[in-house]
Order: sequence, then C-alpha cells, then structure tokens
Amino acid sequence: MTVYNLYIFDRNGTCLHYSEWNRKKQAGISKEEEFKLMYGMLFSIRSFVSKMSPLDMKDGFVSFQTSRYKLHYYETPTGIKVVMNTDLGVPNCRDVLHQIYSTVYVECIVKNPLCELGGSLQSELFSSKLDSFIRALPFFSVRAA
Amino acid sequence: MAIFSVYVVNKAGGLIYQYDNYVPRTEVEKTFSFPLDIVLKIHDEKVLVSFGQRDGIRVGHAVLSINGVDVNGKYTAEGKEIVEYLKDPSNYPVSIRFGRARLTSNEKLMLASMFHSLFAIGSQLSPEVGSSGIEMLETDVFKLHCFQTLTGIKFIVLADPRQSGVDALLRKIYEIYSDFALKNPFYSLEMPIRCELFDQNLKSALEVAEKAGTFGTGS
Repeated sequence: MTVYNLYIFDRNGTCLHYSEWNRKKQAGISKEEEFKLMYGMLFSIRSFVSKMSPLDMKDGFVSFQTSRYKLHYYETPTGIKVVMNTDLGVPNCRDVLHQIYSTVYVECIVKNPLCELGGSLQSELFSSKLDSFIRALPFFSVRAA
Repeated sequence: MAIFSVYVVNKAGGLIYQYDNYVPRTEVEKTFSFPLDIVLKIHDEKVLVSFGQRDGIRVGHAVLSINGVDVNGKYTAEGKEIVEYLKDPSNYPVSIRFGRARLTSNEKLMLASMFHSLFAIGSQLSPEVGSSGIEMLETDVFKLHCFQTLTGIKFIVLADPRQSGVDALLRKIYEIYSDFALKNPFYSLEMPIRCELFDQNLKSALEVAEKAGTFGTGS
C-alpha cells in the first residue's frame, strides 16, 4: 500500500499545495495545467454527483477508483479541498484527510499570520509537517501491505 | 439494498440506454402562511430551495406542486410564474410539495457525456501507469460502478453503497447487451437500444442481483 500524491485546493480552484511521494507516472502536461485539470475534474464530479444522486447527500463525493489507483476527496465547509491519491488497498481515508486539514493546515497556515491565504503555500514548516504526517500513515510504506 | 439505475453509454459518450430501477420517494408537503420562510431561486427552469431547510425540506429540493396541482417547470398549472405567485399574500395559506427534482431525459444525456469525459480525465491524471478510467465512484448515499468493454461501450450502474455483486451484474448486462441488442437485426450500432428482449432480460438480471447480495461489504 502506498500514497502517491496529495493536492490541496482552495474554494477558487487555486492549488495551495502539491506534494508527491511514490508517483510513477506524470500526466505529461505542466503542473499548472495538471492542477487545473484536476480541479476541473473534481468540480464536475461534484456537480455530476449532486445531480445523479437519487437521495439527498450529506458528505457528497467521497472517493473514486480506477484499475490502478484510488482518489480520496475531502472538502471543508469553507471550500478547502484535500485530495489524496493512493493505491487500491487503502480503505476510506476521510478522517486522515480531515486530520491533514485540522492538524497540519489549520495549525501551520491559518494560525501563521505571515501566511497569505489564497495563494500557493510557501511555509517550510507546513511542508515538513505534512511530509512527516503522510510518512507516518500506516498505509504509506509499500512494504506495509 | 437497492440498485437505482442503469446507463449504457456508447464510445462517443452518447447515452444509448437508461433505466430507472428504483427511485426513492423523498417528497414533503407543507402548508405555509405569508411570508414564506424558505428562500427559493430559479435554476434550470425549476424553482429550487436555496436556503432554509426545515421539516424534511432540503436545499436543492424543487417545488413539485402547489395546492395539490403539479407545477410546470417554473410556472404554476395556470401559467403564472411560481415566484410571483408566492409573493402575493392573497394566495396564502398555500400548500407546497417539495422533493428532489427528477432528471429529464436531456439532463440524463448530459450527465452521461459528462461521465464519459470524467472517465477519460481520471485515467489521464493517474499516478500509476496503465490505469483505466473511473471504475467506481463513491458518495455517502450511492456508489456508481462502471464497466468499459474492449469496444468502448460503458455500462454504468448506480447502486446503494452496501449493494454487493455489482461487478458480476455489469458483466451480466454486457452479456445481455451482446445477446439481445447486438444480435437483433433491427438494432443499429451506437444508436439508442430499443429492444424488448433487452429490457426484459435486464430487468430480471437486476431483480436477481438485488436479491443476491445486500449485506456484503460492497464490491
């Protein structure tokens, strides 16, 4: 089991943060293009899902999987979107993504007056905290499976 | 638990078959006095709740009928605009029925082609080599399962998240498609499927699948 990469978007579609760990294939386009494509896909999925749903939803879109990877999605009421790609063996990651938001993003970005909200995140502390958080996840290592 | 609906999408993203197997009823009727304590808005020729959830009426619900008479899009049965009608205090008390708006066939076509492109993007943004498109999309109230054949036809099943055996069902639908649509001499490829035997066999396959696994962890 492993974690491939992680995106954090704000409610306007700006990619606040991107990091990758065991990614094997690049999308073949520039990172900016990729962020736009990813956000566009998520935006469409949200609208698709809300129309398609036969019942009223609470959490809405949670994850999707293809034959090779699984994308986990978490959105806060303020519109921050945390997106993590893992392999197929990883179970529901909602609480993990929520923890990334509440213990890493809020602690290191929102509570840091020097961090400007709305642009790409520059904080060194945030990157290192996030990296160690992901590396400590039980399903991070390829061997753990 | 339940299988909600089945979609068949051709390789160009066109919807060639759609069947609603089970549509849960979520409708609430309530009598209101002036002024209305729910904020309504017009969206896609429908009047939707935009703010003020109460008594089972949820944001996103559409106005379905007023005083027991079904509405016609954003107009009342008499042809007046609903929003204008509800602004007039002399029309109160008024009884309004709210519920999730049903998808029109145009919306279904649009959603099918939307999924077609989402499927492709899902494969392009893969961090692993050789990934297919979206095979399963999960929300808290339903799971969408998709099976793409080698020829590019997509079979999509919307089911309860706890429903198991959907993968087997998708292959069964492919089999039914090959037997009753493709072998039908009156069926032209890539065009909407209007074959009675296909309908019948699909319905019985759905019944079998619904009975089969309802307590599994989902597949």
